[in-house]
Amino acid sequence: MRALQLIGSVVLGFLESTGRLVLFAVAAIGHCFRPPIYWRSLGRQLVDIGYYSLPVVGLTAIFTGMVLALQSYTGFSRFSAESAIATVVVVSITRELGPVLAGLMVAGRIGASMAAEIGTMRVTEQLDALTTLSTNPMKYLVAPRLIAGFVMLPLLVLVADIIGVFGGYLVAVYKLGFNPSTYIQNTWEAFRFADLSSGLVKASAFGFIITLMGCYHGYTSRGGAQGVGAATTNAVVSASILILCFDYILTEMFFAR
Amino acid sequence: MTEKSPVKIAIRGLRKAFGVKVVLDGLDLDIAEGESVVVIGGSGTGKSVLLKCILGLLRPDRGSIRVDGEEMVGASSARREEVNRKFGMLFQGAALFDSLTVWENVAFGLMAGKGMDRARAREIALSKLVQVGLGGDVAAMHPAELSGGMQKRVALARAIATDPEIVFFDEPTTGLDPIMADVINTLIIETTRDVGATALSITHDMASARKIAHRIAMLHQGKIIWAGPVADITRSGDERVDQFIHGRADGPIQMAVRA
Repeated sequence: MRALQLIGSVVLGFLESTGRLVLFAVAAIGHCFRPPIYWRSLGRQLVDIGYYSLPVVGLTAIFTGMVLALQSYTGFSRFSAESAIATVVVVSITRELGPVLAGLMVAGRIGASMAAEIGTMRVTEQLDALTTLSTNPMKYLVAPRLIAGFVMLPLLVLVADIIGVFGGYLVAVYKLGFNPSTYIQNTWEAFRFADLSSGLVKASAFGFIITLMGCYHGYTSRGGAQGVGAATTNAVVSASILILCFDYILTEMFFAR
Repeated sequence: MTEKSPVKIAIRGLRKAFGVKVVLDGLDLDIAEGESVVVIGGSGTGKSVLLKCILGLLRPDRGSIRVDGEEMVGASSARREEVNRKFGMLFQGAALFDSLTVWENVAFGLMAGKGMDRARAREIALSKLVQVGLGGDVAAMHPAELSGGMQKRVALARAIATDPEIVFFDEPTTGLDPIMADVINTLIIETTRDVGATALSITHDMASARKIAHRIAMLHQGKIIWAGPVADITRSGDERVDQFIHGRADGPIQMAVRA
């Protein structure tokens, strides 16, 4: 009996928090489409998510591309198929590694800071203050962040794709001694627009997930500094897991026919 | 104040519980237009919950809250937002937006709430800052650079920036030294009573309550146990009120010290 009770309460708790999250998401999306839109805070978020994430995302991408070229060389050289390296790099970067790694890095950077910022505003009554100043906190704080995440992540991933492929080129040409023009030609032949666009669609979904998790956990945080700390952790962990989970679901939708 | 002024806020049978803990239990309170009412009561008696119910930040379980005759319990969020324009609120911890400068904080309700352009809102914000004794040098600073007393003043300027009909004060003097507390009290009188705004304050600071109130109401165990003009508080005839205003540990109100 005790065990059943425990299972029951865990399941109910899970359903309850899922329901709360879905309600929050629906309300937040609604606010994205209804005026007024706070352009100033939207602009600030666009810059914060897009521009200031560039170094982190760029560094991640270049090393990923470099290591990808190096690793696939050790694998493929045994089959004397070095030309396959360009293919491996461009396909895996555009389809998978660009969006997923950029998503995870931005989740750490943006998701955490959003949860901490909104969580602090919650515990210091700044969210209540917004309401008393006739400003809906969902509209003023959450909606601009969701829009910015949705718009900026694909752009970041586009940059990450280019830098990642360039990283592969650097290693292939300067370390493994490939012919530059052949490598570039191989890259172009392997590149498919469908791969790129599927990665960008994924990126939009990840941008939404990251900002939603950051806002939701910040918004619902309770109990002072400890609560804000927990909200930050939850935002990053849940965003990362959801990114990997939705990566599979979206891949299944795009490519499994 | 006078019996003739119309009732601005009428609260009837207000009940709010958190789980099994009943905080407000059938509370009744009337606040007349232009009147300054101070609700006193011990820590944790639900004073803040009362304010948050009126502001719509918390949803009461039962009861009625009427603002200018309009029922607010169960009102649509659009109506709620509309009525909230009549309100100004000074939060206990000031609750200034730390990402914005001082003048942007003060002007926030004008720009975001009323859609006023920045230049005009800035002008009004600066004049409100002067009203609370702060000069233009503070305007461009961030709230974190100010002392607690100055933050309270900025928060007061923000609360009155839109010339609200009703201003709420949540423990306005808590955490301030006695002199700064009196400065804030004086400012509260100047910015509300003197311009005819209705004020509802909650505090456990008796000196502050005596100074800013027309009428005092005491909240205990979820109900208003006594309410009357500030001059009558010493002869309320209620032992609990006497115990509170004289600050005695012994009496009918037993704090859970060892629980």
